[in-house]
Amino acid sequence: MATLESTVRGKRVKLHDMSLRDGMHSMRHQIPLAKMVEIASGLDAAGVPLIQVTHGDGLGGSSLNYGRGLHTDEEYLRAVVPAVKNATISVLHVPGIGTLDELRMAADCGVGCVHVATHCTEADVSEQHIGLGRELGLDTVGFLMMAHMTTVEKLVEQALLMESYGAQTVYCVDSAGYMLPDDVTARVSAIRGVLKPETEIGFHGHHNLGMGCANSIAAIASGATRIDGSVAGFGAGAGNTPLEVFAAVLERMGVETGIDVFALMDVAEDSVLPMMAKPPRADRDALTLGYAGVYSTFLYPAKDCERKYGVPARDILIELGRKRMIGGQEDMIEDTALTMARERGLLGSDSKGVEETTPA
Amino acid sequence: MSKIKCAIIGPGNIGTDLLYKLMRSDVLEPVWMVGVDPTSAGLARARDLGLKTTDQGVDGMIDHVIADGVQIAFDATSAYVHAENSRKLNALGVLMIDLTPAAIGPLCVPPVNLAGLVGRQVMNVNMVTCAGQATIPMVNAVSSVQKVDYAEIIATVASLSIGPGTRKNIDEFTRTTSGAVEKVGGASKGKAIVVVNPADPPLMMRDTVYCETAEEPDREAITASVHKMIAEVQKYVPGYRLKNGPTFDGRKVAIFLEVEGLGDFLPKYAGNLDIMTASAARAAEMFAQEILAGTLELKPVPAEEAA
Repeated sequence: MATLESTVRGKRVKLHDMSLRDGMHSMRHQIPLAKMVEIASGLDAAGVPLIQVTHGDGLGGSSLNYGRGLHTDEEYLRAVVPAVKNATISVLHVPGIGTLDELRMAADCGVGCVHVATHCTEADVSEQHIGLGRELGLDTVGFLMMAHMTTVEKLVEQALLMESYGAQTVYCVDSAGYMLPDDVTARVSAIRGVLKPETEIGFHGHHNLGMGCANSIAAIASGATRIDGSVAGFGAGAGNTPLEVFAAVLERMGVETGIDVFALMDVAEDSVLPMMAKPPRADRDALTLGYAGVYSTFLYPAKDCERKYGVPARDILIELGRKRMIGGQEDMIEDTALTMARERGLLGSDSKGVEETTPA
Repeated sequence: MSKIKCAIIGPGNIGTDLLYKLMRSDVLEPVWMVGVDPTSAGLARARDLGLKTTDQGVDGMIDHVIADGVQIAFDATSAYVHAENSRKLNALGVLMIDLTPAAIGPLCVPPVNLAGLVGRQVMNVNMVTCAGQATIPMVNAVSSVQKVDYAEIIATVASLSIGPGTRKNIDEFTRTTSGAVEKVGGASKGKAIVVVNPADPPLMMRDTVYCETAEEPDREAITASVHKMIAEVQKYVPGYRLKNGPTFDGRKVAIFLEVEGLGDFLPKYAGNLDIMTASAARAAEMFAQEILAGTLELKPVPAEEAA
């Protein structure tokens, strides 16, 4: 019987670091410029081929809804792009949040790759953005988020749509850290089975159930050649697949990444960890995301609402999951907390609900 | 009382929903439905309801405009063909209500600026976007109390309620909306975010409005202004509701809305489409009342002056 190791040994995989994009969530989008340059340079020197840099919600994400960045995307990109020697800098772009002008700006800053992200069933809002990515000569990736929320068949259809718009790589994204290895295998192998041989497949995991590395191995065994992770696991929820851990695992399994594992460990330990107030961990709220299939980015705003309105973050997250809220709907966290607080009699007169006072 | 005769261009979901609303109007009478597809279910439906129809586009109606007394036309097609439709009909003195993102004419959000537009002898008004119709009244409710440095709106619509045209051109949708948050809402800077949610059963349209005031917000005045504006919008969109807020956090004001449709032709969750058709009907009624009262006379726009 083929073992996992015999299936993946000898494969070549590109690792993509998310610490300066997904990790922005853990830092509430407040990473100082110098720190970003330091981490990016460290990753570059360790041989990480792709490094993503933007607001946690992608280009144009700096907002009241998602939190304002310490600097603009342009300031971050203009600082980081010239500081790396070999790595390609990438950006996240979510149609509906970022605009085409912002993607043009990023290309002008010298980025080489874009992840165009949509919810797993809404690929057809990405046509303009994938098209522009290609037109600008970027390595253009279609990024299907919350991929656990739809069937394998539907996900395959959506992957085909993104490919038809020009995406050169299509990702299965476990935004909630909900998937188990069999879920990943089913999805990645189905997508691999229908896309053109030259189209690459990627996987982006979260560590809310501690499955980041295992799921990513399953993805490689099913044909994925690009894997996202984050040095020191720095990312939304309980973090992304910890990149230095995953690089070490791949080396043991004989998968080629071109990464210097010790150098990557040092970036995690010496550059990233000292910046973090709390290392990402599957605490009860982050674990709830993975357990209930809720968007990882909802974690910190839900904790804020717990402090503000006295409703436990876990209860808010479960309710958001029940209401089938998806990536981008951060505004619904406070709305849901307010409604729950009112129902539980926790709301002071200050932010009183209005349904009682609205004429019928 | 006589009514102002109207044509609807585009017999799709929006055009058909609009037709149902116009048929209830005291001042508007839909007489033409214009399409391009002879097999269109919307054209057949309009024919059954007694309208004249054509599958030859605006050209199929053009020779009948004067004889049939058409004075107002609604364009529910696409931004690409709107300019041409508008030019042809304006030349015959027909006022255009534009439901596409073309935005040739001034932007119109009825409770905010319709009254001002009626006095300006405009021959084309644009209804912005559904997200704009749902949120700009709230931005204006705050900015009419005190200066708003920045306003941000997040519109979430059910996947089933957003058609291929909008999906293909989502960038125009967000840009037109954020521009209107500034121009009509009165914010110094505007931002719009749109989310498409595929939940089944479909979610009702939700809209969140954040305003950042220049000075400490006057909570009582803003709360009163928001409630007053909600009541204004409810006059033509009864399912427009304040779900939570306004809440205040420093200079940030947050308003959480839900828009339930009337369910005329489109399902009730499609509040986004309902608020578009209701706003367009509302705008047309205001113009119609002025025409009937003799305070507004529509004049043909010579082709060389048309946009």
